[in-house]
Amino acid sequence: MASVTTDTPMHSSPAPRRKISQQAIAPWLFLLPAFLFFATYVLYPIIQSFYISLYEWNGLYSPQYRGIDGFTDQQCLDLGNRAGREPGCELTGDTVWNAEYVGMENYRNLYTDPFFWTSLKNNVIWLLLYFLAIPAGLMISLFLNQKVVGMRLYKSLFFFPFVLSQVVVGLVFSWFMLPGADEGLLNVILGWFGAGPVNILGNNSTATYGIIAAGLWPQTAYCMILYLTGLNAVDPEQIEAARLDGAKGPKMLWYVVLPQLWPATFIAIVVTVIGALRSFDLITIMTNGGPGFYNTSVLAFYMYDVALSEFGFRMGYGSAIAVILFLIMMVYIAGFLWKMWRDEKV
Amino acid sequence: MRSLFKTGAAALAAATMLSGVAYADGHGVSGPLRIFSDMSNPAPRAVMEGMVERFTAENPDVEVELVITDREAWKTQIRNVLQSGTADIVNWYAGNRMGPYVDAGLFMDISDLWEEGGLTETLASTQGSMTMDDGIWGVPYTYYQWGVYYREDIFAELGLSAPTTWEEELANCEVIVESGRACYTIGTQFLWTAGGWFDYLNMRTNGYDFHMELTAGEVEWTDPRVRATFENWATLIDMGGFIADHQSYSWQEALPFMVNGEATAYLMGNFAVAPLREAGLTDDQLGFYQFPQIDPAIEPGEDAPTDTFHIAANAENVEAAEAFLLFVASAENQTLINNGDNLGQLPVNSGSAVDDDEFLNAGFDMLSNNAGGGIAQFFDRDAPAEMAQVAMQGFQQFMVDPSTLDQVLMILEQARGRIY
Repeated sequence: MASVTTDTPMHSSPAPRRKISQQAIAPWLFLLPAFLFFATYVLYPIIQSFYISLYEWNGLYSPQYRGIDGFTDQQCLDLGNRAGREPGCELTGDTVWNAEYVGMENYRNLYTDPFFWTSLKNNVIWLLLYFLAIPAGLMISLFLNQKVVGMRLYKSLFFFPFVLSQVVVGLVFSWFMLPGADEGLLNVILGWFGAGPVNILGNNSTATYGIIAAGLWPQTAYCMILYLTGLNAVDPEQIEAARLDGAKGPKMLWYVVLPQLWPATFIAIVVTVIGALRSFDLITIMTNGGPGFYNTSVLAFYMYDVALSEFGFRMGYGSAIAVILFLIMMVYIAGFLWKMWRDEKV
Repeated sequence: MRSLFKTGAAALAAATMLSGVAYADGHGVSGPLRIFSDMSNPAPRAVMEGMVERFTAENPDVEVELVITDREAWKTQIRNVLQSGTADIVNWYAGNRMGPYVDAGLFMDISDLWEEGGLTETLASTQGSMTMDDGIWGVPYTYYQWGVYYREDIFAELGLSAPTTWEEELANCEVIVESGRACYTIGTQFLWTAGGWFDYLNMRTNGYDFHMELTAGEVEWTDPRVRATFENWATLIDMGGFIADHQSYSWQEALPFMVNGEATAYLMGNFAVAPLREAGLTDDQLGFYQFPQIDPAIEPGEDAPTDTFHIAANAENVEAAEAFLLFVASAENQTLINNGDNLGQLPVNSGSAVDDDEFLNAGFDMLSNNAGGGIAQFFDRDAPAEMAQVAMQGFQQFMVDPSTLDQVLMILEQARGRIY
């Protein structure tokens, strides 16, 4: 009896337990590769940026030497960059990180750095004006959501700028805005109306707006495509019912269509915010941060310029800028995650 | 400095070439040799490949692995290449531009090679710009003059001749502006072109030594002498001397203004000659003059940037690398690679011959006989990287709006306080 009672649970229990553990492990197994990549290429660099922002570092690792023939390792270390010339020192094959710990110094310098504030101000301008892409994208999608011969072609034409590389967009727009009276198309058109030639990208007060205008072109196309897919999901019965109730035009849009487009709007807001904050390539191509002292720079560009560009050797300072940009983005990302979590729960 | 550029040291060169060969042979070089080069434009690329071919013919036991990187991209990639230990030899620039890599111990000190290979004589003119912290960190293979390239035909039409003094310069410019043209074309979108103007105005206003002290951070940017330089610059700007909207053009995009005759001159390096000729200007239309003197008491200093080869500190095949550098530095090789069919620039080796080209001759003559102040590299190579970055932005800002001078100088002075 005793053997039977002990046997039965032993036979029956492993099977369901294995089933449970399989169900518990399988998702993790599938997540593992993605998580490893995420950790290596996203999480680790973020943590590293926080860490490096506490140091002053030129981005270089020095080769390490060890002492031979009566030389000590310390003696070779003291020789610094002359160790290579000394026969008593040989390469170990390793490298030394030659950074200096400065604590919060980089952040304090940021606070008094006028270029940082210029960049931050431009970031805010970008963020505000980029939101124009959302209503513009909605308009175009409503316009394109009709059954007309050749509509697919028109849709592709409107979507086209989003497929272009940002670099190409930047080049096209800087040619469009070339300063001479008969060079850029914009000035040629202005000339027809007797308006004088303008140099949008060469003027401190207009350059940023010129670049944002270029950026809005693909961003509007992006929002448009989001709304077009959203419009496909609009319930035709609700439209029909609203029409029977006498709704049309703006009222139909506001009370019937837009609420159903909320998921598309939400995604459009998210991609627009992120697109505005990471704007970098257009600035590099169109003005290179100029004219003058970082007048069209944003945080991403300023970070690149001080840390990674031709003359950029301030990794710690660049990291501090990156951390600030990360924290600003975090506000939006956290809001986005919270919204998603709340929607899932319902 | 003047004597260092004197030609006619053929005997010396011959002796050096022999010793150079002996040095290479004595070591019997073999093995792999990894060269990372930024000579990516068509002509330099062919030169680089040609050099490797001839070197391998002389040293059949060396297997050269040549990696050619885009010149602009190389400016940021060199950091990774030097640290990863994948290169034996790399291309770079002389002057302060080597600073970060010398300080980090990533370039190999090749003072011994200079001594034993006789380079201290043949390359004496550039030894100073290769020296840092008592070591010599590379070997130069080419340099080129800066100066004013101008439209001889338009000058003739207006009855002008090339200016030698500041007064003549301003008088010329007045006539040119009255004729509806700009005196100078320039494209400052990528900043360094304005650096060239500052170099020349400062070297003419305050002299070469002062310019070197300034780029070395020993003089305040708010110093009245610096202000005097900017005031001379402002005189030209205010009279309409420069083309409008230069901040929106690259240096290449500024060329058509000169080709079309909307501007009459261009302060530029000798590399501008090739595109000007390709655009259709003949040598009858195109002339060259040295930047005019401002203070007659000051010996003229000149910009002549030098391009170089270096051995990485963690190079694996040092002997082959040294042999290659001696080969690059030899008078024969430098004559060949700098001729009009190849780089079209000036050889550094004093035993080399300069190709018979109007502008190369003019430049060589100027640097050899009329650069008594001294030879500067260029603003972004003489000043440390961070200072060059912010200062050249300041130059552009000033050129766009000269009334911001006080603000510009204040920002530069703050940067100086932080950087040096």
